[in-house]
Amino acid sequence: MLETTPPIPHIEVRDLSIGYGDFVVQRDLNFVVNQGDIFVIMGGNGCGKTTLMRALVGLQRPLQGSVLYSGEDFWGASEEDRQRLKQRLGVLFQSGALWSSLTLADNVALPIAEYTDLPQARIDEIVAFKLALVGLAGFEDFYPSELSGGMKKRASLARAMALDPDILVIDEPSSGLDPLTAKRLDELIVELRDSLGTTIVVVTHELASILSIGNNSVYLDAETHTMIPTGNPQDALNSGHPKVRHFLKRGAA
Amino acid sequence: MPNDTQWQLDLRPANIEDGLDIILGGRWCIDASLPSPCVVLDALDDHIHSLRFDAAGLSDWDSGLLTFLGGVLKACAQRNITADTSGLPSGAQRLLAMAMAIPEQKVAGRDKGRRDMFSLVGAATLEFFRDGPQMLRFLGEITQSLLRLLAGRARFRARDLWLEIEEVGPRALPIVSVISFLVGLILAYLGADQLRLVGAQVFIADLVSIGMVREVGALMTGIIIAGRTGAAFAAQLGTMQVNEEMDAYKTLGIPPVDFLVLPRMLALMLMVPLLTLYAGFIGILAGLVVSVTIFNIGAFEYYTETLRALEFKHFLVGLSKGTVYGAMIAFAGCLRGMQCGRSAEAVGRAATSAVVTAILLITIAASIMTIVYYQLGI
Ligand SMILES: Nc1ncnc2c1ncn2[C@@H]1O[C@H](COP(=O)(O)OP(=O)(O)OP(=O)(O)O)[C@@H](O)[C@H]1O
Ligand SMILES: [Mg+2]
Repeated sequence: MLETTPPIPHIEVRDLSIGYGDFVVQRDLNFVVNQGDIFVIMGGNGCGKTTLMRALVGLQRPLQGSVLYSGEDFWGASEEDRQRLKQRLGVLFQSGALWSSLTLADNVALPIAEYTDLPQARIDEIVAFKLALVGLAGFEDFYPSELSGGMKKRASLARAMALDPDILVIDEPSSGLDPLTAKRLDELIVELRDSLGTTIVVVTHELASILSIGNNSVYLDAETHTMIPTGNPQDALNSGHPKVRHFLKRGAA
Repeated sequence: MPNDTQWQLDLRPANIEDGLDIILGGRWCIDASLPSPCVVLDALDDHIHSLRFDAAGLSDWDSGLLTFLGGVLKACAQRNITADTSGLPSGAQRLLAMAMAIPEQKVAGRDKGRRDMFSLVGAATLEFFRDGPQMLRFLGEITQSLLRLLAGRARFRARDLWLEIEEVGPRALPIVSVISFLVGLILAYLGADQLRLVGAQVFIADLVSIGMVREVGALMTGIIIAGRTGAAFAAQLGTMQVNEEMDAYKTLGIPPVDFLVLPRMLALMLMVPLLTLYAGFIGILAGLVVSVTIFNIGAFEYYTETLRALEFKHFLVGLSKGTVYGAMIAFAGCLRGMQCGRSAEAVGRAATSAVVTAILLITIAASIMTIVYYQLGI
C-alpha cells in the first residue's frame, strides 16, 4: 500500500545551517522525509546529528534555512503554531531524559494527561500497553534511577510514543541495548510505521539498524560540514559515495 | 454504511459452542472516549471458552484500539480463554503480539502506597536515628581526609580551593554588607532606646561594637552563607551523585571527600571568619551613622568609645565562632550532597536539608560556645 501511493512529503529541510554561535556544525542541508518513511540520519561522532535533531524538533533555532512540516514553515511560524506542531512529534533523547522524580507510569502518562482529557483509568490502560510494547510491563512503579541503561532507553521510547505521534524522532535508539532487544526495538519501529503510519526519523550509527530498517537516509560529514544524500542505505552500501561506503563497512574498502 | 466517526462494539454469541464474537467497527482512536475492556470482560461468563474478533467494519484505528484489545487479551490469558485474533488488522495483530511477547515482571518487595500517618511518622523517626551515625561517619571521613592533608597526601587541587574561596568570599560581600549594616542599625536603635532611660546614650558604641564583633556578625554571616553556599554545595555534590560522577572518582581511587569536600570545607573555614570581621566592621559603621545623625553623639566620641570597648578577646571570640560556623555549613552542605538520591527532586531536597541542618548546627554551636566562653570568662 505504501509503495503504490505517491510519496507525500512530511518533513522538508531547506538550506538548513545549524551550529552554536559562530561555530557552524553543518550547512546546506536539503532533504525530504516522506510520510511513512524511516529516515536515517547517520554520521560519525560529533558530526552534528543531535544538533540537527534539536533543530527539527524545535529545541534549537537553526542558523539559517527552514524546516517544513507538511508544508508549514516550523521556525517561521508563531509560537502557538509551533507548539501545535510540536504536539504531533514524539522525541526520544540520546540520554533518555526521563523525568527522574516521576515513576515510569507517570513519565508515560504525563504527555497524555497534558494533551488529552481522557479519564485516569484510560490513561493507565494506555500506559500499561505502551510499556508492554517496549517490554517493560510490570515496571510501572519504578523510578528511572532504578532501571538499567537499556531499560531507560526503552522507557523513553514508550514516553515518546505515548500520544501516537505522527512523527517520531529518535536519537540513538539502540545504543546500550543488547542485540536481541535492539532487534526487537527495530521491529517495533518498523511496525509503528507499517501499522500506525508513523513517520520516523532515526539518528543512529548502529550499522545493523541502518541497513535493516531505513528506507531513506542522509550522511552528515564531519570534515566538509555538510551532508551527502545517501538514499536507501542498502544501495548506499553497495554503490554510494565512497565516504559513506567506508562508514557503512566500518572502515573496510 | 455505518457511521465512520464513532466506534462500534458488538458482542454476539458465536455459532460455535462456548464462543463469543466481538465485532468492532467505526473509528477507534485514542482521542475518542473509547470503552473500557471491562465491557467485554463482564460478558465473559464461565461457559465461554473462546473469543473471536471481527474487525471488517473498522475504518480507522490507533493505540486506542490496541489498548482496549490488550486489556481483553490479558484477561483472556489469565482465564484460559482462547482468543482468535486473525480477524484483526494484521498490523494490530503484530503489535499486540509484541506487547504480549515479554510477560509482565512481578517484582518482589514493591508495595506502592502505604502512606498513612503511622508509617510516615515511623519512617521519619527511623530516618532521624539513621542520620546520627551517618553524620558521625562523615565527620570521621573528613577528619581522616584532613589528616591526609596535613601529611601532604590528600588528593586535592589547590586550584579548586582558590575557586571555592573566590566563590564563597568576595562574591558574598554585597549581601553580607547589606545585612550587617541593617543589623548594626537595628542594634543601635535598640540600644539607644534602653540607654536613654539612664542617660548613657554614648554606650550605644559599646553595645553595637561588642555585639557585632562577638556574636551577631558571626551569626548573620553564618546564616547568609548557609543559605547561599551551603545549599549550593549540596546541589553541586547532589548533581554529581545523580550523574554518577562520584562513582567515577571512586573507581579512580580518588576519595570524593579529599577531592570535593576538603576544598569546600577549607574555603569556608577561611572565609567565614574574614566575612565575620567584615560584618562587624560594617555593623559598627551603621551604629556610627545612626548615633551621629539621629542621636546627636559626636563621631569622635563614638570612635573613642568603640576603641575603648573592643578588646582583643572579642575579636578572638568572633573569629573562632566564624571558623566553627564555616565548618558546620560546609559539613552540612557536603553531607546532604553526598547523601543525595538519584533524581532531580532529591537534589532539591538535599539543598533544603543542607540549609536546615547548617542553621541547626550553627545554633547549637553558638549556644555551646557562648556558655563555654562565659564560664572561661572570655
Ligand atoms: N551546547 C553546545 N555548545 C557548543 N557546541 C556544541 C554544543 N553541543 C554540541 N556541540 C558541538 O557540536 C558538534 C556536534 O555535536 P552533536 O551532539 O550534534 O554530535 P552528534 O553527531 O550527535 O554526535 P554523537 O554521535 O556523539 O551523538 C560537536 O562538535 C560538539 O562539540
Ligand atoms: Mg548525538
